Amino acid sequence: MSIRHGLLALLERGPMYGYQLRAAFEESTGATWPLNIGQVYTTLSRLERDGLVRPLPENDGGQRPYQLTDLGRAEITVWFVTPISRTDRPRDELAIKLALALTTPGVDVRAVVQTQRTSTIQTLQELTRLKNRSDKPSDLSWRLILDAMVFQAEAEVRWLDHCEASLLRHQPSALTPTPAPEGADTDDRTEANR
Amino acid sequence: MILELRGVHRTHGTGETAVHALRGVDIGVAPGELVAVMGPSGSGKSTLLNLAGGLDSPSQGAVLVEGEVLGDLNRKQLARMRRRHVGYVFQDLNLLASLTAVENAALPLELDGMAVRKARKLAEAALEEVGLADLARRFPDEMSGGQQQRVAIARALVGERRLVLADEPTGALDSTTGEAVLRLLRNRVDAGSAGVLVTHEARHAAWADRVVFLRDGVVVDTTSPVGEPEQLLEAKA
Repeated sequence: MSIRHGLLALLERGPMYGYQLRAAFEESTGATWPLNIGQVYTTLSRLERDGLVRPLPENDGGQRPYQLTDLGRAEITVWFVTPISRTDRPRDELAIKLALALTTPGVDVRAVVQTQRTSTIQTLQELTRLKNRSDKPSDLSWRLILDAMVFQAEAEVRWLDHCEASLLRHQPSALTPTPAPEGADTDDRTEANR
Repeated sequence: MILELRGVHRTHGTGETAVHALRGVDIGVAPGELVAVMGPSGSGKSTLLNLAGGLDSPSQGAVLVEGEVLGDLNRKQLARMRRRHVGYVFQDLNLLASLTAVENAALPLELDGMAVRKARKLAEAALEEVGLADLARRFPDEMSGGQQQRVAIARALVGERRLVLADEPTGALDSTTGEAVLRLLRNRVDAGSAGVLVTHEARHAAWADRVVFLRDGVVVDTTSPVGEPEQLLEAKA
């Protein structure tokens, strides 16, 4: 997802100027993705450069609305009908961290898994609370965005459960930390492993 | 505190074949607090719930409900405590097929010796609380899975249950129906009851104020309470 496609989708509703676009974007995403006005104008000028939007004459308030071009309308249609590829997303830092934890001496992998799980569930609790604050139909799009975060966080917890079960099954030795170098302070680690 | 587990151990069997289901668990659940218990299979979740509801007794330590040590009660007193103060919601609904929704919901009160008319009135109020007032005269097989689960919840909430214990209460329900069930549990807890929810689904545990992680019968971690600062102070008191 890019701000670029977000703005194009909003312009499909009709011409808007920068501040209107920012407000509409935040309203649609329930302020889960705050934008600064600089990002909006930078994106608009790139869209104009690529022929996807065109500026209209300034209004009385000195604001310049932008309008979708046919090319822009085609671009947003393609975006809506094309699934988002998971491989285009940034690398998963957590998966890499766990992979490295497994092969790094002295790291208690089970503690890494548990710390992450507690933190992710705490995030889930906050999202659930936020979601339950309102059941007005007008907040549906916002609640669905929160739901997306809820399901992603849940998937992460399930994956962590799976990691823990796999560790137990295939590599019992990974559950006890590799001995630390001589002289290293291991008290904290031993405590966390209990 | 409505529910307290103090240094609770539960061992099944003896000698070399002994299974230590719980090993020194301390948990307190205050009025208005919902605590979720998570953990892999065999971590002691269900044992914990059975002990909390007086369906099982600890090998060591004490379980207190409303300040009363369950181990000090005789069988009759314990049965009464369970019927009056504790509501259970299980994945297996255990609704009686030959009874209507309102009769099912009134059952714990009638078993407790309450006059039928009074029990039915309270059961109707409980069915209304779960949004089933119109279906009170239906039999379980005339209702959807979600509706049946709501009857089971009404039966758990009927009367003045101060402690609600739920074991995977959303069972095989779809996600929105499951959410409605959790909302009912949450509402009752917000109205002043204490709740314990055993689940393996993080999305459901997230409805709780606190999530406790069990592994091999030991609490390995707990999320910090979420909520208003006042509630945090009360929970610590």
